[in-house]
Amino acid sequence: MTAYLKLDHIDKIFTRGAATTEVLKEINLTIEKGEYVSIIGHSGCGKSTLLNIIAGLTNATTGGVLLENREVNSPGPDRAVVFQNHSLLPWLTVYENVRLGVDKVFAKTKSRAERDAWVMHNLNLVQMAHARDKRPSEISGGMKQRVGIARALAMEPKVLLLDEPFGALDALTRAHLQDSVMALHQKLGNTILMITHDVDEAVLLSDRIVMMTNGPSARIGEVLEVPLARPRKRLDLATNATYLKCRQRVLEFLYERHRFVEAA
Amino acid sequence: MNMSAAKIETVTPAATIAPVVAMTPKRPPRTDAYARMARETAVRVIPPLVVIALLTLVWELICRRAGSALPPPSKVFRDTKELILDPFFDHGGIDKGLFWHLSASLQRVAFGYSLSAIAGIALGVLVGQSVWAMRGLDPLFQVLRTIPPLAWLPLSLAAFRDGQPSAIFVIFITSIWPIIINTAVGIRNIPQDYRNVAAVVQLNPLEFFAKIMIPAAAPYIFTGLRIGIGLSWLAIIAAEMLIGGVGIGFFIWDAWNSSHISEIILALFYVGIVGFVLDRLIAGLGKFVTRGTAQN
Repeated sequence: MTAYLKLDHIDKIFTRGAATTEVLKEINLTIEKGEYVSIIGHSGCGKSTLLNIIAGLTNATTGGVLLENREVNSPGPDRAVVFQNHSLLPWLTVYENVRLGVDKVFAKTKSRAERDAWVMHNLNLVQMAHARDKRPSEISGGMKQRVGIARALAMEPKVLLLDEPFGALDALTRAHLQDSVMALHQKLGNTILMITHDVDEAVLLSDRIVMMTNGPSARIGEVLEVPLARPRKRLDLATNATYLKCRQRVLEFLYERHRFVEAA
Repeated sequence: MNMSAAKIETVTPAATIAPVVAMTPKRPPRTDAYARMARETAVRVIPPLVVIALLTLVWELICRRAGSALPPPSKVFRDTKELILDPFFDHGGIDKGLFWHLSASLQRVAFGYSLSAIAGIALGVLVGQSVWAMRGLDPLFQVLRTIPPLAWLPLSLAAFRDGQPSAIFVIFITSIWPIIINTAVGIRNIPQDYRNVAAVVQLNPLEFFAKIMIPAAAPYIFTGLRIGIGLSWLAIIAAEMLIGGVGIGFFIWDAWNSSHISEIILALFYVGIVGFVLDRLIAGLGKFVTRGTAQN
């Protein structure tokens, strides 16, 4: 199987003055088209750095990222990011926030009317069309994150990068949004890479879970396949043996073998 | 309504003990709103009016004695009645109504302040965006901004050899520093998230400037603009005293030279009011422009 997204021997060393910290070491990962992969690890293990490297917002010290066999090292709409804190521009309406990306990406390929329709199509996908003229400060946290997802989807990315997308939400909203993302993945078949620190979320959503060891010099400790059929139903899985086994594996990795050591 | 109806049905015996309270009929909302508005206005307007009346009374009592150096308010009003009632007369030269003096000063401010707003925002963006520009320029700004407005006047007179451009230059150089510094702080404080969004969307530098930088830094920019307009109004009065010609600053100086103390007091009153209005104008503009940029 050919790799769609390939992380090739990525090392990342931060240098501050004379001090150097190796954050990531020898990260190798291949992701297939349409796959949903989660990266899980304790905070500070460099998973957000890894996402930033893939997004092109930071450069790897050595190694690189290949998307469809071409190296990518600067940010671009082909790797759209859904940020943890939604990062909607507060002076633009919901519609304008999505339109900003659409206008850039489809400047030449879509007419004005087509771009407008495309924005509304994506807002409809996340059920936010009703709030098109609202500003981010007027909608709830979950709604903001939906708009963030719509903005990313509207750029038609080859890979959708989710940076702890549900981290800032309350449990009920989070579950609701997870279901939405699952449905979107089912419907659109995107390739998705998600950073998370929530074990249930990782098992529920992913095809594969990449578990990272603790930093500094974090590596990929283990990759777990989640052989659960889609569409998955949250309630059915609660008692599903495979689900529980996967969950157990991740928990063991995080809390037994690579317990989080508080840097004192 | 539905709730109370359901309640009556289900709790029949208790209903007699605790009857459903009938809703008080709604008062006509319009007069209600007017009354509330009137009350709110009164709360804001009456205290300052009372204070002003008291201060005027004290002033009158202190200055009405014979041989007092300053005129009491009653005399100020008597002396300046013509100036107050007819601000539009024009007898040629500098013998004009207060309207013309104020408008001449305001024109200078408008010109000098517009230049400083444009240059100040541009320089502020440069200093905020580029670390090297900041390292190079910031020490210079920090020293230059402490120079008092009038200290620039002789130099600008020497350079321009004319009063009008010199006055405008003094306004420019006085009001530009807070605009530069606040704009730079605003640009430096643009959240990394917005920069990341711009990078992912691949905005070019010009689009980044117009769509991210200016809106994100607008609250800071307007703080600078507001301080700037206050400083320009301070500077113009002082500068006009020295350069002469038509303008409220020279009007004050001229009144002092002819011992018309009442006219000075009237002019100060106008200067204060105009300064206040200018400040509110920029604040209002800022509020209008930045209405959507509140952090959420």
